[in-house]
Amino acid sequence: MSLRRPAKDQPENFEFNSSSLEEANTIVSKYPKGKQQSAVMALLYIAQRQNNNWIPLAAMKYIAKFLDMPYIKVYEVATFYTMYNLSPVGKYFIQVCTTTPCMIRGANHLVDACKEKISENECELSNDKSCSWMEVECLGACVNAPMMQINDDYYEDLDKEKTIKILEKILKGETPKPGSYRGRVNNEPENNRKTLMDYKNA
Amino acid sequence: MLKDKDRIFQNLYNDLGPDLSSSQKRGDWTNTKELIEKGRDWIINEVKTSQLRGRGGAGFPTGIKWSFAPKEVGSRPHYLVINGDESEPGTCKDRDILRFEPHKLIEGCLIAAYAVQAHVCYIYIRGEYFIDGQKLQAAIDEAYKKKLIGKNAAGTGWDLDIYIHYGAGAYICGEETALLESLEGKKGQPRLKPPFPALIGLYGCPTILNNVETIAVVPTILRRGGKWFASLGREKNTGTKIFCISGNVNNPCNVEEEMNIPLKELIEVHAGGVIGGWDNLQAVIPGGSSMPLIPKNKCETLTMDFDSLMAEKSGLGTAGIVVINKDQDIIKCMARIARFYKHESCGQCTPCREGSGWMWRMLERMAKGEATKDEVEMLGDVTNQIAGHTICAFGEGSSWPVQGLLRHFKKEIEERNNLDLIVEKKNTIPYLVDQHLLDKKNA
Repeated sequence: MSLRRPAKDQPENFEFNSSSLEEANTIVSKYPKGKQQSAVMALLYIAQRQNNNWIPLAAMKYIAKFLDMPYIKVYEVATFYTMYNLSPVGKYFIQVCTTTPCMIRGANHLVDACKEKISENECELSNDKSCSWMEVECLGACVNAPMMQINDDYYEDLDKEKTIKILEKILKGETPKPGSYRGRVNNEPENNRKTLMDYKNA
Repeated sequence: MLKDKDRIFQNLYNDLGPDLSSSQKRGDWTNTKELIEKGRDWIINEVKTSQLRGRGGAGFPTGIKWSFAPKEVGSRPHYLVINGDESEPGTCKDRDILRFEPHKLIEGCLIAAYAVQAHVCYIYIRGEYFIDGQKLQAAIDEAYKKKLIGKNAAGTGWDLDIYIHYGAGAYICGEETALLESLEGKKGQPRLKPPFPALIGLYGCPTILNNVETIAVVPTILRRGGKWFASLGREKNTGTKIFCISGNVNNPCNVEEEMNIPLKELIEVHAGGVIGGWDNLQAVIPGGSSMPLIPKNKCETLTMDFDSLMAEKSGLGTAGIVVINKDQDIIKCMARIARFYKHESCGQCTPCREGSGWMWRMLERMAKGEATKDEVEMLGDVTNQIAGHTICAFGEGSSWPVQGLLRHFKKEIEERNNLDLIVEKKNTIPYLVDQHLLDKKNA
């Protein structure tokens, strides 16, 4: 179990803006009547997106009222799942997978690159406050290891130089192209494809 | 090697495009209406004939699972839930189905929902796959527009709504009852079984849960016949399976192959061989991180299916093969897996919550050679106290890889960790971890 604590500095108030509100109402309608509690996870995401990628306690209270459920239950959910950031992270939030399949293909070099370019320790903002990085558990792209996720996008088949290039672009405020960085297509065996050849040639 | 025409996922590498019209060219949605008109019993029987086993790890026969759903819908509606919370290290097959073959999944949802009499289907996707989930959502929207799902889906007279629910980074939500808790908007802590979800599941209603891959192969099975599917592989381990080969191989890849394929063929032919040659192989994790590893000498002849791996005291799991060569420190690799389980334990049962941390800390010290001789035995003891003493299978999942390491690499651990008991040498060191040794001496 990982220990997760809310940030010390908390904003006083939180409210959904009109687009968030609309999105939230659509999501609540997906679930049966009286089971609106199911929407809590999706609503926390909406709050996180609206509030610069992290969830303040005020947002949890707001969502609890919105869904007519106890505040503590929202708090439980927000602290249980690791994708909810309980304290501010960078606008570009970099997650490096270091679980065994990535580790044996050199994920530590990606971590080194992040340390060089962003901050010495994980979960710290970079000098210009735009980025932060952390090590995470398996992101489910083991065939494309080592890899990292920046906000929603996956960057795959990396090494230290490529990671540094991506991070430099991000520090300049650009969004690099997601996907494989060794030029291969999706999950096919690079230069060694033996299956479904008819389509490849077609 | 499996013939290309027998591959179910023709678009595994996205040569053809995931959209509806390209999918229809591959045969999706061609005669869904006729298949459904053959009736519930025919569908379930055909799936039983195919001997399809769940692709999510446990390998439970799908046809039998479907037949557990109550025959008549009572006061409580039935639900179909698709498990796309793919988080097992080494596994990345469902992601390719979500982004490249979404219509196989959606059509499978319709057929399965009809077979178990559900009108609502939730697809639970791990939060990290947000982009891939959006692609699936686009496919669902397209299907709604063409009236393939929704009211009177595909002209069958059956109503079906499909919704996506995103997880938020909890491995445990891949466990079926934890997934249901998460769907209900709670923290993902598994429920006690029985009652099984087929009778009391989502919102207390009968619920059938299946893996993404399981559901996605169903339309093809019905179209080509359960007998065709059963003719591939071997008895009770039939059909095709997407294998994910990662780790120290030259060309890590996903590939769909026949069940019971030799492991060596997968590695040598599809994945381009082990880095440094076959002789450089150290061990293989055959089915995602929770399955015990298999040392090189057994890899020569090993075939990949549920039962043959069970005979080797391992398992097929999700068929995520992690190849580890001799350049890697095997104890470190397992220590990292133990750290994964320590991080992902939901904290509900004490043996798992505390034990997973114990295993991680002990393995970290063993990797550095800082453990005493006694501790190797003790580590085995810890694993035995976790496995079988927890609500869900996470206890087994976290202790099996450590047991596998102890079974096959005990000598390596003992060679590296031959320290004598610290307490015997210097009784004054308050070394917390060795307190129990003091206790034993004083006892």
